[in-house]
Amino acid sequence: MIDTLIQGILLGGYYAVIACGLSFMFFVMRIINLAHGSLAVASGYGLWLLASKFGIPPFAGLLIVLPVMAAVGWLLQRYLLDRSARGGALLPILTTFGLAIVIDNLLFEQFGADTRSLAPFIGSLSYDSWELPGGIYVGKLAVLMMATAIALLGGLQLFLSRFALGRAIRATAEDPDTAGLVGIDARKVNAFAAAIAMVTVGIAGAFLGMRATFDPYSGGPQLLFAFEAAVIGGAGSLWGTLIGGVVLGLAQSLGAQFHPQGFLIGGHVAFLLALFARLFLTGVPIVSRARIGKIRLFLRSKT
Amino acid sequence: MRALANDISIERWTRSSRLALSTMGAVLCLLALAPLVLGAGAVDRMTALFVYVILAAMWNALAGYGGLVSVGQQVFFGLGAYFTIRLADAGLNPFLSLFAAALITGAISLPLSLFMLRLKGGEFAIGMWVISALTHMLVNLDRLIQGETGTSLISLNVYDSSTRRAVIYWLALASMAALLGALFALLRSRTGAAIQAIRDNEDAAAAVGVHVIGTKRLLFVLAAFGIAVAGGLWLASATTFQPKTYFSVQWTAYMIFMVLVGGIGKFEGAILGAVLFFIIETFFGALGVWYLIGLGATAVIFSLYLPRGLWGEIERRFDLQLLPVGYRLKLPGPTKIQWKQ
Repeated sequence: MIDTLIQGILLGGYYAVIACGLSFMFFVMRIINLAHGSLAVASGYGLWLLASKFGIPPFAGLLIVLPVMAAVGWLLQRYLLDRSARGGALLPILTTFGLAIVIDNLLFEQFGADTRSLAPFIGSLSYDSWELPGGIYVGKLAVLMMATAIALLGGLQLFLSRFALGRAIRATAEDPDTAGLVGIDARKVNAFAAAIAMVTVGIAGAFLGMRATFDPYSGGPQLLFAFEAAVIGGAGSLWGTLIGGVVLGLAQSLGAQFHPQGFLIGGHVAFLLALFARLFLTGVPIVSRARIGKIRLFLRSKT
Repeated sequence: MRALANDISIERWTRSSRLALSTMGAVLCLLALAPLVLGAGAVDRMTALFVYVILAAMWNALAGYGGLVSVGQQVFFGLGAYFTIRLADAGLNPFLSLFAAALITGAISLPLSLFMLRLKGGEFAIGMWVISALTHMLVNLDRLIQGETGTSLISLNVYDSSTRRAVIYWLALASMAALLGALFALLRSRTGAAIQAIRDNEDAAAAVGVHVIGTKRLLFVLAAFGIAVAGGLWLASATTFQPKTYFSVQWTAYMIFMVLVGGIGKFEGAILGAVLFFIIETFFGALGVWYLIGLGATAVIFSLYLPRGLWGEIERRFDLQLLPVGYRLKLPGPTKIQWKQ
């Protein structure tokens, strides 16, 4: 039982990593990127290609893949999201959904239906574990993912509060027009934010490949996990995604104890319960909540 | 036509729209006779077309008019098929099961709407997807379905294949006509004015006394019912039920493609989009992956450069309304008003 709980909590590290980019983009641009999961899978394929064809191990491969992902994020925001966001709140949903279909099927066209994994390229890390007193084993990879999640969230927080660009991002998120008055180019800032978000997506893709297998159509489920973790933790709140990820991981691990299909069911049910609690017990609508309230929540989450 | 001062009049029906409606009636009559002359393959394909029109019209009702973009509408498609299987297994006539299943699905969507309609924008969109994924898992738990292996609508076997094909065709045609007719009547009613007001500006609509949530709920339940009918028809036509194919997000992808290309928020647009999708699928469906890439890319391009879709453009350029759900202002003299629906 304790074993299940620990695995569940550590699994939350992965979900926090994949959710933080989604949450971050939602916070800054108020866009939910439906291609989020597909982009993570694409990054996984990028690393797999580098490892299997050129012999570059995944951790070194990240040095190539992450800058590419940042560029992808920049271009995505500049040429797709920026334009579609001007057409109303609903259009980005349709644009990014179309993009997800394109990415998934291009991956299928390129790599076929076989499932892939990065596990063979990271040596013993994929199965090594530390033994804790009491005969409990914790996987080194799971601990690494949790540490990365904490480092990522802490880094983002530091960046948003201490650096000029981070403050510009926050100002744009709060009120793009007023930010414009003090000389902040909202389009540029948003593109930067998208680039940062895609770097986290790239890292998530690497972890997805190391801890499990993926295929061209894995993007949809990953999007759902990221979304669930982000919503459980409170959409747009940074440290909330870590809590959301842990809750999701725990619910899935516990669900798996009851039934072979319980892994997914447990996660979805936890998500709906969290939503239910938020909607009916606290009475706070999730997005329609006043903008100021959202920002305040975001800032509070960092203190 | 109502005359106001200075020869300004408000009209709903134009000559072209009367012509369009009677043409549509005639086309439906001709289509009803089609199984007598068409081959088996063609009848099946036409049945698929009717299902596509239903899907497009229902997704359009939800997204185009209600402003509720959902990427989880496959949940109702799957449930429509699942309950058909369940009811038929309990001994109900398979064709009756189909409509009873849609009623059950519609009834389920009502409590679901209490919950989901509190979400906004992208959260509603993906939230519906989560609902669909969860429902898919729960349906898999049913022993009758045997997990992903699936099952089939065995009780249809009592009909010989040609009767079966023709009956399903007629049911699909009748369902399509009835659902389109109901939507058309709804949009032209007092509620329809509220629906279109919400489409144009939700806050403004609420300010003039439109009951926004109630109106959206109506659209949500109607869409759930219509899509469940489509799911049941698809099951009757394909006979096999594999949860994975029915609860697949590809159905939503098709709906989005049809409505985006045809014209979101336009009654005629959804029909046009479904017909175009049907033609594209007929000619390029065999391309497999590249066909799907093309669909996705087209959806992206339309959402970026032609968000009004083809019918929106046609309406704007030629001032044409075939199935009017709004009113238009007619001014004396050569001035022509560009009237947004």
